[in-house]
Amino acid sequence: MSLEIIKPGLSTTVQDRGRFGYYRYGIPQGGAMDQYAAALANRIVGNTADDALLECSYLGPKISIDSDALISVTGAPIDVLVNGVEVEQNARLELEAGDELSFGVIKGGTKFFIAVAGGIDVPEALGSRSTYPIGRIGGLEGRALIAGDTLPVGLPHPESLPRLERVPKDMLPEYSRSMRVRVMVGLYDHKLTDEGLRNLTEAEWTLTPVADRMGLRFDGPGVEWKDEPQPFGAGQDPSNITDAGYPVGSIQIPGGTQPIVLHYDAVSGGGYAQAGTVISADMDLFARMSPGTKVRFVPVDMEEALAARAEARARFDRIWS
Amino acid sequence: MTLPEHARYTWGGDEFLVVEIAPDMSLEANFVANSIATRIEERELPGIVDICPANASLLIRFNPDELPYMDLERHVRDVDVEVRKATEGVLETRVFEVPVWYDDPYTRATGAKFREGYHQDPSGTDLEYAAHVNGLADAQEFVRRHHERPWIVSMVGFVAGLPFLYQLAPLSEQLEVPKYLSPRTDTPPLTVGIGGCFTAHYSVRGAGGYQMLGIAPAPIYDPEQKLADFTDFSVLFKTGDIVKYRPVNEAEYREIEEQVQAGTYRYKQASVTFSLTEALDDIDGHNRKLLEALNVA
Repeated sequence: MSLEIIKPGLSTTVQDRGRFGYYRYGIPQGGAMDQYAAALANRIVGNTADDALLECSYLGPKISIDSDALISVTGAPIDVLVNGVEVEQNARLELEAGDELSFGVIKGGTKFFIAVAGGIDVPEALGSRSTYPIGRIGGLEGRALIAGDTLPVGLPHPESLPRLERVPKDMLPEYSRSMRVRVMVGLYDHKLTDEGLRNLTEAEWTLTPVADRMGLRFDGPGVEWKDEPQPFGAGQDPSNITDAGYPVGSIQIPGGTQPIVLHYDAVSGGGYAQAGTVISADMDLFARMSPGTKVRFVPVDMEEALAARAEARARFDRIWS
Repeated sequence: MTLPEHARYTWGGDEFLVVEIAPDMSLEANFVANSIATRIEERELPGIVDICPANASLLIRFNPDELPYMDLERHVRDVDVEVRKATEGVLETRVFEVPVWYDDPYTRATGAKFREGYHQDPSGTDLEYAAHVNGLADAQEFVRRHHERPWIVSMVGFVAGLPFLYQLAPLSEQLEVPKYLSPRTDTPPLTVGIGGCFTAHYSVRGAGGYQMLGIAPAPIYDPEQKLADFTDFSVLFKTGDIVKYRPVNEAEYREIEEQVQAGTYRYKQASVTFSLTEALDDIDGHNRKLLEALNVA
């Protein structure tokens, strides 16, 4: 069984839970930008949480299916069409051979997910099917999909695997124009002036259109770096550091103007100072923001971050219970 | 050692520990960072996801559900003490000869596209600028200084298989250049660039903010693992590897390119022992020893 890509959409890629253990070589974790929404899609069609699916950005693809198949669409709210007729999002869809899946206009967020029973069965690269375009690995030939691509689909899992008819309302992710994102300040925050750090954690920031799987740039009052002598090797700008590893979710502020949150496809290191890191529980939120979304970076400590992690884990486990 | 007495420990959210050995770059800081990384790896702690040694710091990714963060910090602090007590800073590593076509037309053309708004000196080339800020006579002099002494891979990262390299030279003779004012959106694959005191050898095409010096004919990242040097892994360089750049002209660049195409190209390389103490005592003497190994390989 396979999916044929008639139109690719803006950027449609194969993703799964990500690729771990190769960060030391500069190979990012990748993986669905909204892990929770992706897990819901897999659950509906009876996949495991590890199965690969399609992640779409803004403009959906047009896909035809060559056999009867179970699919689901979750994530950013969007009109889902089968042969031009609107069907339900966040619910199980039974498609017949030759059916065409397409999409209307996105109504919030940026990323939505298409799962098919059996999962997208491209070969694993370094333990994952996630697409890493810069390194040309994972997904289909290591790139976003193009018209004419044929994607293999795996064998559906045994009937015994539980599946969800539709996502209960209280389990759906929220898409709001105003969000709170929890961060742990740290890393190189001592290089910021007090006012600079206050701006980061107390001011309201607006997501710019410069946002993708690598990073998301925010507009706001800017922050000020202390004007101190720079260490040897770092580079002259006060926002420069001796090149170091970047935590996933860390916030760098080149030149002090626009904070950039690094996401799952971001570079693994470099020479810009970072003032904090988004906690793991809140990383999914960035797939649910469209440009113009107002964001506050709320400081939390490690214990609060771990409590939020446990909560997120419980929410995730509820999908599979 | 001239390092700060204590490393700085800081958390990157609930999954990352960053240990900054020193804010500034030095061979000692790099050596400590790499040694801590190696020893943490040897402890085989459950819950460690990735250990990423960097230039003067290291990044450890962990799963706090399997490895409580305070336990991780305790382990790293232990190892930190162990490493600094160790009297012998010795690294069993490899030395590579890497051909480069300096001042090539590809990086020149890309450089010309990114001037106004990107570069400190829009009227010249990256190489002329690099020579100027280092008080050198001309671009050729900068090129000579770039390849006359070997470099050590001090960090791998940014994108797949991209090494940062630190020159094995006394501090007074280190080359240092500013990064672009704003990063380029394009860099030819296999560009050799310099920013701060580091050479970045761009493994793939993409964004970049370092001054471009030249281009290499042979890959350092081979996702299809076609060449013999990539049989084990798609990434050529590991931290601690030593690189001697060798300038080539267009004819030789093309010749090597053909060997790469034919799948027959091999890097000239040898196993060597790098000694931090020797390097700090007499860097050029130690460099000669490292390069001798290359000549008999």
